[in-house]
Amino acid sequence: MDLGNRFGDDGIQWGAILKDAGLAALVALVLALLLFGVRLSDGGGGGLEFRPWWVVIAVAAVFAGRAAVALWIGTRKPASGTALPWFDRAVARLSEHKRLLFAAFFLAVAILPLLPVADRRMVDLATLVMIYVMLGWGLNIVVGLAGLLDLGYVAFYAVGAYSYTLLAIHFDLSFWVCLPLAGAIAALFGVLLGFPVLRLRGDYLAIVTLGFGEMTRIIIINWSSLTGGSEGITGIPVPTLFGLRFTPSPAAGETAFHQFFGIPFGGIHKLIFLFYIILILALLTHLFSERMRKLPMGRAWEALREDEIASRALGLNPVLVKLSAFGLGAMFAGFAGSFFATRQGFINPSSFTFIESAIILAIVVLGGMGSQVGVICAAIVLILLPELAREFAEFRMLLFGGAMVAIMVWRPRGLLAHRVPSVRLGQAPPGALRGGLP
Amino acid sequence: MSALASPDAAVPAMLEVAHLSMHFEGITAIDDVSFSARRGEITGIIGPNGAGKTTVFNCITGFYRPSVGRIALDHEGGRFLLERMEGFRIARDAGVARTFQNIRLFPRMTVLENLLVAQHVKLMRASVFSIAGLLGLPRFREAEAAAIEVARGWLDRLGLVEAADREAGTLAHGQQRKIEIARAMCSEPKLLCLDEPAAGLNPRETAELNRLLLDIREDYGVGILLIEHDMAVVMGISDRVVVLNYGAKISDGTPEEVRNDPAVIRAYLGEEGDPPEINSRGSSPDRGRP
Repeated sequence: MDLGNRFGDDGIQWGAILKDAGLAALVALVLALLLFGVRLSDGGGGGLEFRPWWVVIAVAAVFAGRAAVALWIGTRKPASGTALPWFDRAVARLSEHKRLLFAAFFLAVAILPLLPVADRRMVDLATLVMIYVMLGWGLNIVVGLAGLLDLGYVAFYAVGAYSYTLLAIHFDLSFWVCLPLAGAIAALFGVLLGFPVLRLRGDYLAIVTLGFGEMTRIIIINWSSLTGGSEGITGIPVPTLFGLRFTPSPAAGETAFHQFFGIPFGGIHKLIFLFYIILILALLTHLFSERMRKLPMGRAWEALREDEIASRALGLNPVLVKLSAFGLGAMFAGFAGSFFATRQGFINPSSFTFIESAIILAIVVLGGMGSQVGVICAAIVLILLPELAREFAEFRMLLFGGAMVAIMVWRPRGLLAHRVPSVRLGQAPPGALRGGLP
Repeated sequence: MSALASPDAAVPAMLEVAHLSMHFEGITAIDDVSFSARRGEITGIIGPNGAGKTTVFNCITGFYRPSVGRIALDHEGGRFLLERMEGFRIARDAGVARTFQNIRLFPRMTVLENLLVAQHVKLMRASVFSIAGLLGLPRFREAEAAAIEVARGWLDRLGLVEAADREAGTLAHGQQRKIEIARAMCSEPKLLCLDEPAAGLNPRETAELNRLLLDIREDYGVGILLIEHDMAVVMGISDRVVVLNYGAKISDGTPEEVRNDPAVIRAYLGEEGDPPEINSRGSSPDRGRP
């Protein structure tokens, strides 16, 4: 319902507001009757207990809330382009110093695990957030830049994780050898899955990629001889730092990290090491995609997102443009997947369900399509908040949902929707445009 | 180039459309249309609404595959049979650029970026599939600087240098029309196809457009194919005019010849009578556009 239309020049139209609030209250009544109104009594025997006051409170709350929202929206000016224009201005100003901000951010994050306050949980959480930041940046290539709505991104994450695991276990290859291999395999999968969906766009593409994501998971479950089925695979080796292992008691002839540096063994060393790996991987992803955006290929991705017909009329090969976006996006998911496998030490298909794809996509969309900083912010909101809010038990998801609704109300195009041009003519920002034409 | 402007000059045609037909599930949009266009000339295609003008364009630029017919393009790059080529190859290899009836700029990209996307093919080659670009090799940097200079040259010509870093979608309608033509020219075409470039322009902008098209013809020697309702544009700048009606060609010749052709007069007025004033603005019967 468009509440904005309730208010003409004649002021507030109470009738319309009350009618609207009444309708909402009616819906609330139906829901509340069943949800709050009736309850199985604790005494046993299956008796029902009626709680009329709960229903009344719920209906009244919805009625008042809806009316308040209508009043609030109505007293504002008709919706302009984006909400919170001051925020947009601030973002635009900040993005002029993007490099500096990024450097500061990465430096701050890099120092984080070395601070005395850093404990295992904190480093672990930071690692988790960085995984999603990296996945977000990878998916950003596909969704944010090329505009291909991919709901099956987690499939490439899974391919990367399983590629690393199988290569490491069966061929005894080290993490550093497997990482590029896993990335390449995932990229290959990206291209293979990209082929059949080349003609699809928007909703149709989303549905098909969703199907591919689920297929990948189901194949992993059923191909037990290779993947261990739903049991998964355990005993995935941890990477070494130039041959130094993170173990309290290294095998004969090997040196452990703590022995080499002559410090007492600490479990946190391994976590910090893993954190730095993902930090570097994420940094690489960021640098790569920022660089790509300024290259002809990156501009072709954005052109394809903006208008596929026009880009074809300019001689862009849509097959090449789409497959390169799919392949490169998948490659970064493959890297992240390898890291995920080595961090967990075991993997099974339940880590690669649709909800993972949805969360990664939510990070990209809420962050603001195509925005690199937006992905960081959204990953912090979507990953860190639910983890920190564990004390709130079942209200956790309520907070989570509330945060998402709030973002969509105030920032419908994502937290940071500001797009920085990939190239400038090197002149002052547009002032007064000369009115005439030549 | 004015030597080429005469249709009688012994210059071989660059674009040769022969027996072109296009059927859509029983409906015949184009019926056995043949015409040719020379380089360095502006060939106007006119006709009432639904005459099949845009369909002809879509066949030439590869958006439709014609049911029957041949579309051959000859220039120093070789001979291309467009009816067999994919759309992006027609643009990339055969050198055919087009604009659209409803402007199709990349709205959220800046004007400069729009003009750079048009130079994708040559930049991509310079960036060696992004590898030289990722490494920041001088070879790529030079190519990109040159491409930006090309874009700047066009913006200069249009008087839109100040708008270079603005999002294309935020420009005024008339400016977007010009940017779209500049974008098409940035792809260094041999044949430029313009689908109603004057639609929605005011008289002053239309006059500027005429001059721009004449300049492009003079300076670049490209062949221009022009669909237009605005008779001031078509009759004013075309070297030759092809008239379509109900998918068939009914006349073909210089603007003067076409204007006096009884078949054209019948098509535009529905019956024989006084010659219509189709040489002035706004008199064509199908100016439905606001």
